[in-house]
Amino acid sequence: MREVAVIAFAQTKHTGHDEGLTEPELISPIIQEVKERSGLTRFGFTCSGSCDYLAGAPFSFVSALDAIGAWPPISESHVEMDAAWALYEAWVRLQHGDVDSALVYGYGKTSQGDLHEIMTLQLDPYYLVPLGLDQVSFAALQANAVGAEPGELREIVRRSRADGRANPYALDLPDPGEEEYDVHPLRPMDIAPMTDGAAAVVLAAGDLARELVERPAWITGIAHRTEPHYLGVRDLARSASAADAARAAGVGKGPVEVAELHAQFSHEELILREALGLPPGTAVNPSGGPLAANPVMATGLIRIGEAARRIIDGSASRTVGHASSGPCLQQNLVTVMEA
Amino acid sequence: MPSDPLVAEHVLEFPGGYTRTTGPVIGRFLTELRDGRIVGVRTADGLVLVPPLEYDPATGESVTEEYVQVGPAGTVLSWAWVGTPRKGHPLDRPFAWALIKLDGADTSLVHAVDAGTVKGIRPGLRVRPRFKPESDRIGHITDISCFVPEVTTMIAPVRIEYRIQPGRSLARFLEGVRDGIFLAGRCTRCDKVYVPYRTTCPECGSTIGEELELPDTGTVTTFAINNLPDPRAPEVPFVSAYILLDGADVPMIALMGDIPAHEVRQGMRVKAVWLPPEERTLSMTNIKWFAPTGEPDVRL
Repeated sequence: MREVAVIAFAQTKHTGHDEGLTEPELISPIIQEVKERSGLTRFGFTCSGSCDYLAGAPFSFVSALDAIGAWPPISESHVEMDAAWALYEAWVRLQHGDVDSALVYGYGKTSQGDLHEIMTLQLDPYYLVPLGLDQVSFAALQANAVGAEPGELREIVRRSRADGRANPYALDLPDPGEEEYDVHPLRPMDIAPMTDGAAAVVLAAGDLARELVERPAWITGIAHRTEPHYLGVRDLARSASAADAARAAGVGKGPVEVAELHAQFSHEELILREALGLPPGTAVNPSGGPLAANPVMATGLIRIGEAARRIIDGSASRTVGHASSGPCLQQNLVTVMEA
Repeated sequence: MPSDPLVAEHVLEFPGGYTRTTGPVIGRFLTELRDGRIVGVRTADGLVLVPPLEYDPATGESVTEEYVQVGPAGTVLSWAWVGTPRKGHPLDRPFAWALIKLDGADTSLVHAVDAGTVKGIRPGLRVRPRFKPESDRIGHITDISCFVPEVTTMIAPVRIEYRIQPGRSLARFLEGVRDGIFLAGRCTRCDKVYVPYRTTCPECGSTIGEELELPDTGTVTTFAINNLPDPRAPEVPFVSAYILLDGADVPMIALMGDIPAHEVRQGMRVKAVWLPPEERTLSMTNIKWFAPTGEPDVRL
């Protein structure tokens, strides 16, 4: 495998409301920021992740290219997924060996519609979409299957929100109070907040990475796995695909100082901790995680970026970034990074 | 100068709905559903997938062409309770989502369960589909309106009316209560005083001839704090206590009042609180309750 590292990461100061920016306006500042941090102005490959249903417009990602500078023509691609999968595509592209750098970005404005109902549209169109099964409802089915202690979930929310308040990019959310159920057994606190935001990462291979930054976050393992889409054929209490991806990425081959997990509901953290086999000493979501800021389609990329940042700034030497896609943690991508 | 942001309403819609081809596997399922039947498809390994998929989720192999009628009853494996249904949900009243393993199937189906309240849903619950009327079925997953729990209980109304009299001894006691007096009976053979008044001794069976009046003061011997409302009690929680009237050998049950429930104690001295004489009838309701006298407690 060709050595590839995360060398720069930037994210917006995420908001819980619509700031009135278009997608190009939202991402432009962070593209500038990663260009300055990496020292690169042109990239061998560019890949983005976004979802047209968030904006309700086909090919909405095309307009975002205005923020990139696509002239003279660039080599560009897009995934209709979280931008963590755009990073995976860029990593694969760098394995070809003919280009040495890649720009990856993702963005989501969930304030423009009802995210939980938009997420219905990703489901099976024959058996589930006609029922109107929304995101909170299918997550609640999984939470019920897990059967977690309410106190354990509340502590995850409390810790995530406290860490989020210390993170200038995440939302300022209060300690959890007493709340009625949303869809039993989930309470509003267990659900990631509506968030607008974006993130960008620069990947560089081998010597270029060493030239540009002092401590590149070398990707020593990256893998993703998926499970069947229909909820009734899966064991919702655990995530076999996350466990397989973690094994393939080599999570267990060394200590894990920080793990950033793409848990959009508090119970998902319990499933993912078990699936990734994280040791007790691992700091989970020290950024606050998705429960403190969830700019959909950038949230997974931010997990990789946050985990990489700890290596780049010298505060950790081996970290894990996890991203998820699909209903009830259907697809999982695990990235291991080392100094 | 601040101004409201410029906002436009924007709708993404395929007018009339998008026409999807079903393929033979899903098409068979939906066709059977229109006829009021639920079928699964058998995989090469012999498992029955419900709802049918074109491939085995474990191996990716194509399924066989064997369709198996399943259910219609099934068992709830996992559930989530929707207190406030959304516009697109199958029911407009609170309901459960559930993973339902239909009898004869090896996988489970996601659908709604009309369970009334959250207490009506649990893993293991047996449910059956409620189909739409045949004329409304079109070959769609919503041809099943929802699932409903199997019948496990029924309501059996019981009501018979009676006319009852209190009997001579209780009638005599109630006359006393109407006049603000507790009448007791004393067994001369056992030397025991019974209240309410009675005509035979429950110990020796002798006829009680001696009637005597007891004071309306006594001592709490034991009590219970009641948290369910009762038409005879003024509020919840209330205390029902055994009160040993001064001079009696058996306690009488009565309400406690004029005191917080948690302050009632054994040995407490109490006195009856009566309705005003003009409101009294031949009834125990003449005694509102017993209230503390403030005297020192008695050792029992």
